[in-house]
Amino acid sequence: MSKRPTVAEHLARQGVSRRAFLKFCAATASMMALPPGMAPAIAEALGQRRRPAVIWLSFQECTGCTESLTRSHSPTIESLIFDVISLDYHHTLQAAAGDAAEHHRERVQEEFAGEYLLIVDGSIPIADGGVYSTIAGMTNLQMLEESAKGAAAIVAVGSCAAFGGIPKANPNPTGAVSVADIIKDKPIINVSGCPPIPVVITGVLAHYLTFGTIPELDKLGRPTAFYGETIHDRCYRRPFYDQGKFAKSFDDAGARNGWCLYELGCKGPTTYNACATTKWNEGTSWPVESGHGCLGCSEPDFWDAGSFYKAVSMPISDLGKLGLAAAAAGAVAGVAVGLHNRHVKAGAKAAHKPLTADELEGDKS
Amino acid sequence: MSERIVVDPITRIEGHLRIEAETSDDGVIQQASSSGTMVRGIEIILQGRDPRDAWAFAQRICGVCTLVHGLASVRSVEDALDYPIPHNAQLIRNLMIAGQYVHDHVMHFYHLHALDWVDVVSALKADPKATSDLAQSISNYSRSSPGYFSDMQKKLKTFVESGQLGIFSNGYWGHPAYKLPPEANLMAVAHYLDALAWQRDAAKLLTIFGGKNPHPNFLVGGSPSPISIHPGHEGKGKGPHYRGGGGATALNLTGLQKVQNIIHSMRDFVDQVYVPDTLAIAGFYKDWAHQGEGIGNFMTYGDFPDKDMADIDSFLVPRGVILDRDLSRVHEMDLNADDQIQEFVSHSWYDYEAGQDAGLHPYQGETKLNYTGPKPPYDYLKTDERYSWMKSPRWRGKPMEVGPLARMLMLHATGHKQAQELVGMTLKTLDLPVEALFSTLGRTAARTLETKIMVDAMQGWYDQLITNIRAGVLDTFNDQKWEPSSWPKSCQGVGFMEAPRGALAHWVVIKDGLIDNYQAVVPSTWNAGPRDSEGQDGPYEAALKGHRLHDAKQPIEILRTIHSFDPCIACAVHVSDAEGEELVQVKVC
Repeated sequence: MSKRPTVAEHLARQGVSRRAFLKFCAATASMMALPPGMAPAIAEALGQRRRPAVIWLSFQECTGCTESLTRSHSPTIESLIFDVISLDYHHTLQAAAGDAAEHHRERVQEEFAGEYLLIVDGSIPIADGGVYSTIAGMTNLQMLEESAKGAAAIVAVGSCAAFGGIPKANPNPTGAVSVADIIKDKPIINVSGCPPIPVVITGVLAHYLTFGTIPELDKLGRPTAFYGETIHDRCYRRPFYDQGKFAKSFDDAGARNGWCLYELGCKGPTTYNACATTKWNEGTSWPVESGHGCLGCSEPDFWDAGSFYKAVSMPISDLGKLGLAAAAAGAVAGVAVGLHNRHVKAGAKAAHKPLTADELEGDKS
Repeated sequence: MSERIVVDPITRIEGHLRIEAETSDDGVIQQASSSGTMVRGIEIILQGRDPRDAWAFAQRICGVCTLVHGLASVRSVEDALDYPIPHNAQLIRNLMIAGQYVHDHVMHFYHLHALDWVDVVSALKADPKATSDLAQSISNYSRSSPGYFSDMQKKLKTFVESGQLGIFSNGYWGHPAYKLPPEANLMAVAHYLDALAWQRDAAKLLTIFGGKNPHPNFLVGGSPSPISIHPGHEGKGKGPHYRGGGGATALNLTGLQKVQNIIHSMRDFVDQVYVPDTLAIAGFYKDWAHQGEGIGNFMTYGDFPDKDMADIDSFLVPRGVILDRDLSRVHEMDLNADDQIQEFVSHSWYDYEAGQDAGLHPYQGETKLNYTGPKPPYDYLKTDERYSWMKSPRWRGKPMEVGPLARMLMLHATGHKQAQELVGMTLKTLDLPVEALFSTLGRTAARTLETKIMVDAMQGWYDQLITNIRAGVLDTFNDQKWEPSSWPKSCQGVGFMEAPRGALAHWVVIKDGLIDNYQAVVPSTWNAGPRDSEGQDGPYEAALKGHRLHDAKQPIEILRTIHSFDPCIACAVHVSDAEGEELVQVKVC
């Protein structure tokens, strides 16, 4: 293994200049909401690491998470899988099939025991002995347990792997559970969303690969750098909410003016995700900007949280911020969520403190 | 010696597919069995929910064809409620579907299928100058200089020499079935990477209309994003007067211009890279124009209306059935007739009350889950008994192939001029007879050719949308039947479309404002389903018969034909019910 070049050496051989490499690191820092001064530290950390082996297991999933990964622009999917990591097992992208694929997975698990990163998308069905999903004759449970053993850490990508997702929705016909429901002895990062935002998937991977540490997580195991604030708090339509100006129907005058979609069922107030800030597909748009309320897809059990077109109950903490106009307009349908969300937000605020170079240096091993 | 070969997982597809094949002494496949090994039960989960919410659930059937199930669902509810949508919404849907075709087909060709034909390691031996000559001889694509290919080769060399081959690990590199010269391999690897970057931009078309990609948003009754071209009204309420206009929604002048740019970028890539590469690579694999044909029956539901879904005659892709390769006769088909589309479960892990050999129309569908396969971990399935989570859909008792080949044949048979020209040009370039269409190569080429038709049609729909906007027609949503209080007490409908992988339909039954039954019969169930009660193979199974495997340990031949169908297996697997309870039965009115 020691013969393998580091990421920096690899990039240098590719003809990528030191300067271009630093720019990549600066982009990474910016995406991770770190101060620009962190770029050299990231460069140093990356420069010392081999391309880490990554095994990606797909269970009860729709491949939407993989599709999302391929849409990442920073880092690009090409850069990620050819320059930064060694994606050794990934059903959708890998050349090998059948036994050739399984043998390679086993070899990587052995050779990089204790070092490789395990990524999982999809839930795991455990009812009736796990017969509802098999790969190479093994149940998803058997494969997860086998591959988790030697993993340094696990990233559960998408709401299915993180929280059970749609297979777990009522009545959960196959007994679907999340990764964290099964694996108890490894660090797990939940990158929720249906699917997660492309740059959030790669951003979390970049954090882990750069620092070799798990980013700060909220109570639900999600990185606070991306899941620290609600959609609502960062929404460009927030001023309309505060003014009590709501679209009453899709395509009415309010909708065309870009007013708040709260009354049309937007789940932004109770949803922690980065859509409103990073937007989707290189900043092209995001659900609210394209006229549809947030579905709440990064929250556990959002499929069973009532209709997507029914206005949510608001957390009590936000009440105080509301103008009378909004309250009078009937914006506050109820008081329910409160405590849990406030807790998460407190964690997020802490996460946005800038890191010092010393802290980074200390973290990079 | 005869042998049983298992390929599981079949990679470079969507979902979990397993192929078991019995070969003769000389390595020729005598029988193949196609098994979907994963089930979630999304249709069960849909029971009792608000039909307006159904699209979001149904859409998660698949994240690769990411919009098709959402749209089929919305159409099924609109059909049930007799709910018309504005012309702009229809145009936007056409643009989104066609945009998905272009994105999906290009990614399938380069990222899912190409490595069956392209030897990545051989590209290291290519001469960059000769590669450049080759590239420039087939296309005017700008990235074709010797320096470009030299850089690409250097990048590949570094990657291979690192000893960590990542996604290319353990491929069948050097297998004698790879026929491309090193230069063609290098060109294809370069375009693999170009396509990976290109698709990221192409995907943005869905983001503008639907807010994100994958899994854009849809809306029963229209399209969710209002067109915000004009400065808005002041509105009521206290505080400063906020106006709409440019910044109000993504569908503003900038957004529309982006859509136009993406259509241009799609057209350029299809014309300059995808079509020429398909023809160039196909030229080295003409032996694959004589195998992998399958069952010879083809079906389309039709799609891309001028105004609305009821106007079947206006569809760009017509509806019909072709039997036994007979292009001179197109049979009519009806999605609502209960003696036409039926699903069988003789070899599937489900029970029917009327017995294991019965066939049921989707409106009368039953689902009783009953896994009878071997206990995992297992080596082999019991392929003479039940062996898949997929059902076996049939049209009038016959297996049907759906997808790009079915569509190109239907367009060709019904006199679509561009389709006929494209097919003629392809056969002439490759010096192949028309029978060559019925093959693995024909199926892959049909996918490329229909992409060309779609990308050209997109400009027309975009121009119509702009014409409407110019005339002041901005409507994207009809609120007439949004409220459940306006709905009949009970109703049912079918939403159909031509998804990139083939004919797709969702059947919904609504009672008291909630979903009473929901069934999806999807393209990959048609193509990948198991044998039926008559013992008739599904299309995958039939297509694999007769393939001679050069090396049973490296069954690249199986991958070539299976990938030519572009499997989407999460789509293909049907309903589940852990308690084994029967789903609601509904009669067609």
